[in-house]
Amino acid sequence: MFDIIIIGGGVIGSAVAYELTKYNLRVALFEKENDIATGTTKANSAIIHAGYDPVPNSLTARLNVRGNELAHIICKKLDVPFKETGSVVCAFGEEDDETVRKLYHRGVENGVPGLKILNKQELKTLEPNISDEATTALYAPTAGVISPWEYALAFAEVAVQNGLELHLSEKVTDIKEGNVVVTEKGEYAAKYIIAAAGVNCNDIESMVAEPDYTLKPSKGEYYLLDKSAFGIVNTVVFQCPNKNGKGVLISPTVHGNIIVGPNAEASEKEDLSTTADGLSFVRTAAAKSVPTLNLSTNIRNFAGMRANTNEEDFIIRFVRAGFLSLAGIKSPGLASAPAIAEYVRQLLEKDGLSLTEKENIVDTRKRIRFKELSPEEKNALIKENPAYGRVICRCETITEGEIVATFSSPIPPVSIDGVKRRCNAGMGRCQGGFCAPRVLELIHKHTGIPKEEIVKDKSGSTVLSGGAL
Amino acid sequence: MREVIVIGGGPAGLAAAISARDNGATDVLVIERDTCVGGILNQCIHNGFGLHRFKEELSGPEYASRFAENLDNIEVLTDTMVLEVTADRIVRAVSRDHGYMELQAKAIVLAMGCRERTRGAISIPGDRPAGVYTAGAAQRYLNIEGYMVGKNAVILGSGDIGLIMARRMTLEGAKVHACVELMPYSGGLTRNIVQCLNDFDIPLYLSHTITDIRGKNRVEGVTIAKVGPDRKPIAGTEFDIECDTVLLSVGLIPENELTRGAGIPIDRRTNGAYVYENMETLCEGIFACGNVVHVHDLVDYVSAESERAGKAAAIYASGNKASGRVIEVEAGNGVSYTVPQKIRPENCDKKVDMFFRVRNVYQNVRLVVRDGDRVVASFNREHCAPGEMEHIVVPVALMGNAEKLTVSVEEVK
Amino acid sequence: MAKIICITCPKGCHLTVDEVTYEITGNNCPRGAVYGKNELTAPTRVITSTVAVSGGEICRCPVRTESPVPKGKMFDVMEAIHAVRIVSPVRIGDVVIENVCGTGVNVIATRNI
Repeated sequence: MFDIIIIGGGVIGSAVAYELTKYNLRVALFEKENDIATGTTKANSAIIHAGYDPVPNSLTARLNVRGNELAHIICKKLDVPFKETGSVVCAFGEEDDETVRKLYHRGVENGVPGLKILNKQELKTLEPNISDEATTALYAPTAGVISPWEYALAFAEVAVQNGLELHLSEKVTDIKEGNVVVTEKGEYAAKYIIAAAGVNCNDIESMVAEPDYTLKPSKGEYYLLDKSAFGIVNTVVFQCPNKNGKGVLISPTVHGNIIVGPNAEASEKEDLSTTADGLSFVRTAAAKSVPTLNLSTNIRNFAGMRANTNEEDFIIRFVRAGFLSLAGIKSPGLASAPAIAEYVRQLLEKDGLSLTEKENIVDTRKRIRFKELSPEEKNALIKENPAYGRVICRCETITEGEIVATFSSPIPPVSIDGVKRRCNAGMGRCQGGFCAPRVLELIHKHTGIPKEEIVKDKSGSTVLSGGAL
Repeated sequence: MREVIVIGGGPAGLAAAISARDNGATDVLVIERDTCVGGILNQCIHNGFGLHRFKEELSGPEYASRFAENLDNIEVLTDTMVLEVTADRIVRAVSRDHGYMELQAKAIVLAMGCRERTRGAISIPGDRPAGVYTAGAAQRYLNIEGYMVGKNAVILGSGDIGLIMARRMTLEGAKVHACVELMPYSGGLTRNIVQCLNDFDIPLYLSHTITDIRGKNRVEGVTIAKVGPDRKPIAGTEFDIECDTVLLSVGLIPENELTRGAGIPIDRRTNGAYVYENMETLCEGIFACGNVVHVHDLVDYVSAESERAGKAAAIYASGNKASGRVIEVEAGNGVSYTVPQKIRPENCDKKVDMFFRVRNVYQNVRLVVRDGDRVVASFNREHCAPGEMEHIVVPVALMGNAEKLTVSVEEVK
Repeated sequence: MAKIICITCPKGCHLTVDEVTYEITGNNCPRGAVYGKNELTAPTRVITSTVAVSGGEICRCPVRTESPVPKGKMFDVMEAIHAVRIVSPVRIGDVVIENVCGTGVNVIATRNI
């Protein structure tokens, strides 16, 4: 009998696991894919929003602002790449100026610190490449960018160290009376089930009761530009939402790239394809903010799926006794993740779950990032372990030592993208063209998985499907 | 202080190092990131290398060995990655055996080669399943590791590596359904169209592109469409092919991150450093050669160019700086770039080797070097194509007092 | 008249071959003349592949036919190459298969392993 079963290993499920494993509870997490962070968590704008966007007094507003505050603390503690770049919402004309003022007041009401309306000149000083058409902007200094998958992995890794029973590649197929979770591999009873299934929230919820909301999945397509484009913007550059849509953003990433997107297109939730039309929309829209943006430095396109619903707010409530559903967690879900986890803990406590803190819990995390070390540190590290002297991913300068270390981490990767999410190998301009064969070799060597069975990402994404000669 | 440091132990780096040694440098160091020298030639097991240089048809590894076995008195650090090069010729590198190193050189030769353009660079829409590889990555899996990436392939782009892989996979039992080329002409050598596609009845779709890749986890199929003169897909011309693999052979990009880091000016047309007649970059004492300067069609030319770079590096390291007035070379009508971009006539030995690519397929044309209206030199060609590099040799005496030379394709009158 | 492209070297000369007399135009060198006639009468190709090698730093040794073999025998030669297992050390030029498929041509190693 588990105290808690969490369904879904995205950033929300992982954050909840991190929060609840601090207490004397038996906690399990079920994820249908072979790794943490393979859904919306790995394909989004990677923004920790400041919190001026949500409607005042909504759950989203409260959790966003609190989540932003927590992100600043947690990222330091758990060694998650986070940069407080600040953000600007740019206005292009009088109607937008009015929106900027409205967002400012909203933000103040939501308790967002440091907000400021910039005039044209101030905006130009902050963002020299911004279009001359931009009139004013809302500046939010606490907004930032993060590595979303590392955020989720950090939560989940620490949770595993604190006793989380992690079941990867185990899809929940039903939930029976008595709070019994049925998977492809077994049945597990729990006092509480917490559904954090992202775009699949309605599927999981309907195993218990007909959802009282409608899921409206919305796809967003992106460009990810080479590091040579870094510096074209300094902050997260948004456009004002207006009658023509929400606009697209241009933002630095914590990895030193530039991300551009997304559009918003109603979609089947399984459809993560990019389209000529979607990408064309993003190109045109982005040029409005930064006319000199050069998309020919693109290294990757991708699409992510928003778990939008007919409700504007997050939908977090007990659907029946012992079943807590976290539904409709779309943007700013990433920014809100640790606050959602905190809120879940409060709801459980209120429901009567007794919480006593565990002794000697792990609440730190550190990983070696070779390229950030000083020459002396590099030398010392290589002396200790020569594998840190061999660079495998040359675009990102990731060493064999860093890759091998992932295999002894609390949640070892089983795919090439799993390695990428843990140490950035293959994330650069050649997109794994050079290092993927070497990473595959290392996966084989350290996990024993036969080469022809190693996958790129999810189960079935076999790399060498032609087999051995 | 090292005399000459060569960065990269592929065909360019090896030829440069040998030439530096043979021209008097006694302390030459080659730094190679792989565990053995030879570079990409090690996985190019097909024949056709060395026809110009050795009058033989060698495979890539054989061609590389001709240089690798001539490295007496040259120090080679393999399994060593250069992290940074500075304009004042400091090389920072790292390896398992030597840790983090900082080496000062009198002269540096950049020979890092190139990398393949990826799916991202051309933004092919669709799903993102496994099964989409650059042709070179698939070649490594097959020829070095002995694994086939798939059994049913479509190749996008008709660059040489893609064509070579079409034949290679077919011989190993895969079905290559099509080679799809955006341009109205092939990007590879004509001989490779004949012996890699025609021999196996693999259709070549010119003026076509892939508009969609489908597959949840592994590639399941592609949509192909004809493109118009604007290279945009024409609605209604789409057709589907079921396949488990898409190979990309859509161009090579000189790998100049170290060059940029050193602040060396890069020519936007070649994506390589601007170079003088002796392959010196605009940063004194730093030379560049091979595919890091411009993408070559034949390794034989890489070797020859790199020997000039190695010799010049040895001369520079001995204290003789190149000097004199500079003639700018411009790419004129029908020419996409030239190497070198700058010529110092006083630093030339009678004639200058000039390399460039044409922008289109031409029959019976003249390649003309002009100083304003004056014809400096002219070369007849029965056939030129963008897939094949052009090479002309221009006597310095004919350049006269020119300040600028323009190379263009002209009709034969 | 047959129009073919010479593959002897990267130049890719456009040859015109008389099917009766095998007289050739369009070639820039004598090798083109030989190629043009052969291609119409008895086309040949060099085959390159790899064979399994044990005991070396890599597990595949590149090989090629020492000279061109009949085009019609390409897949037979591939099959013969697939059947071979060799052991390091191997030197460039070492004969891996003698007289492959009765063509009179040897398959040789092209890398030192």
